Amino acid sequence: MFSTPRGGRATWWVLGGVLVVVVGLLGVALGPAGPSWWRVPLALLDRLPLVSIDSGVTDAQWNIVWQIRAPRVVLAALVGAMLSLAGAGYQGVFRNPLVDPYLLGVAAGAGLGATVAFVVNRDATSTWPIDPVPLAAFIGGVIAVALTYVIGTAFGRSRSATTLVLAGVAVTSLATAAQTFVLQRNNDVVRQVYSWILGRLTSATWGDVRLVLPYIAVSAITLLMYRRVIDVMRVGDDEARALGVNVNLVRIVVVLAATLGTSAAVAVSGLIGFVGIIVPHAVRLLMGSSNRIVLPLSMFVGAAFLIAADIPGRILTSPSETPIGVVTAFFGAPFFLFLLRMREVRQ
Amino acid sequence: MNSLALRALRVEYGGCAVVSNVDEALTAGEWLCLIGPNGAGKSSLLRAVAGLVEFSGEVQLNGKNVDSMRAREMARKVAFVPQEPVLPDDMPVSDYVMLGRNPYISTFGRESARDRQVVTDLIDELSLSVYARRLLGTLSGGERQRVVIARALAQEAPVLLLDEPTSALDLGHQQHALELVDRLRRSRDLIVVSAMHDLTLAGLYSDRLLLLHQGVGVARGTARQVLRSETLAEFYGVSARVIHEDDGTVVVVPQRSIGEM
Repeated sequence: MFSTPRGGRATWWVLGGVLVVVVGLLGVALGPAGPSWWRVPLALLDRLPLVSIDSGVTDAQWNIVWQIRAPRVVLAALVGAMLSLAGAGYQGVFRNPLVDPYLLGVAAGAGLGATVAFVVNRDATSTWPIDPVPLAAFIGGVIAVALTYVIGTAFGRSRSATTLVLAGVAVTSLATAAQTFVLQRNNDVVRQVYSWILGRLTSATWGDVRLVLPYIAVSAITLLMYRRVIDVMRVGDDEARALGVNVNLVRIVVVLAATLGTSAAVAVSGLIGFVGIIVPHAVRLLMGSSNRIVLPLSMFVGAAFLIAADIPGRILTSPSETPIGVVTAFFGAPFFLFLLRMREVRQ
Repeated sequence: MNSLALRALRVEYGGCAVVSNVDEALTAGEWLCLIGPNGAGKSSLLRAVAGLVEFSGEVQLNGKNVDSMRAREMARKVAFVPQEPVLPDDMPVSDYVMLGRNPYISTFGRESARDRQVVTDLIDELSLSVYARRLLGTLSGGERQRVVIARALAQEAPVLLLDEPTSALDLGHQQHALELVDRLRRSRDLIVVSAMHDLTLAGLYSDRLLLLHQGVGVARGTARQVLRSETLAEFYGVSARVIHEDDGTVVVVPQRSIGEM
């Protein structure tokens, strides 16, 4: 009778995990250089303890697979999962399906941070142990959201969602204005900044993965833990409160967790638009709007979607790369329209 | 024995009192009906008791002030049905009724076998079994009202607050809904406080009426005591005839001013 029976939910977690693994395998197997695609799974199996297979993959080819493709696939999975989960979380607590994870100024703040990092003389930072761009983007994003939060709570009498969103709009404009100003005075970095804004996973390393993993893990676990309560909030603030939900607290915790994870994702991948809105929507169209299903499934589908979106970008226009933000929009938009159409027909 | 007491209850919006000086005491199984013209403070009073708006004065449940209760504890004691409940279109009926179990499920937990049992029993009791898997968006007005009441009952709260429970229903469904509430309050010893516009129905089903005017209780008692044409003329600005039937029913009939015989 219940749409979320005991056994049924576990099935979705398993299916979601399998989807990500399958697409992930495709992601490490396909690419312009490296070994034949079918040798890659063999080589991966060969690395398992107690398994020995002659995959015919040379050390140089293995390096392409393990040092270039694998971190890129893992990073795509983390970023895609985070943006989709954050989007679903935001949409849940604001009860607005058009809200995206960049709402509170993360994107603009991170953009400003990255721009500043590009402008600062690269020679000065070339000896640093980590790339300053993601670091600056992360700091910029977090500062922007902190500012949004401070303004939103200082001027709003209650910690209402609307004030927070409006403060986010103000902070976004401010950061964008500052970024434009800096760019105008430093024309030489316009190209770099522009390509950063379009999103990229090209230079992903295991270092990037290690950098974002803790933030994304904390954020994702928090959001998933709140999925049942976010579902109760579908009946609106008043009724959720009457049902015993501390609505303001849940909203703030979810927004902050989603923002922390999004900042980390943006820091390593730039601004990959579209994913945070389209993936939760697609999941809702197929599975219904229960947040208890939408949140975990968005995470898996988002991971698979971004891994998949990263593949054509590096093959089709080889040797140059198409920015992943362009690919997500180019393939995602028609697919979304297809889903919408399908639902219309079904009804 | 459960009891609900309001003492010098006052609700203000922006310094302007919308409810003031309301005193009431109710015990298990009693039904109090709030009547009064639009803007009289009926909804605000209900929302104060539900803990949804700030108030001064006291609201006590079994002698305990509700201010000191946490949201979850409060939700186990008081169930609130707003005038226009939000029903997510694509939520199945059974899931919606399960929302009423929220105060019993830990924040990061999931529903227990007992939660499922309570919901299943309620769905049976309210003859909703055939709808259990239907989506809320596909229900008619009468069905929706029953589902909302089922969700409120799932809270297993001794106090049930209903804001205009029949405003969206036709005559037959109004009667069905009120009969249901009447039956449930007797079988479960519920304290019911409802706001109603239909004075005849209000008098018919409730034990007592409280007539509010500009937030102040101006008349209280049985239907016979409160529903008098002078009172209605004064506070509703209506010209109405009040008929006392032999069985004790009080009928309020508005009068037409032109073409009187």
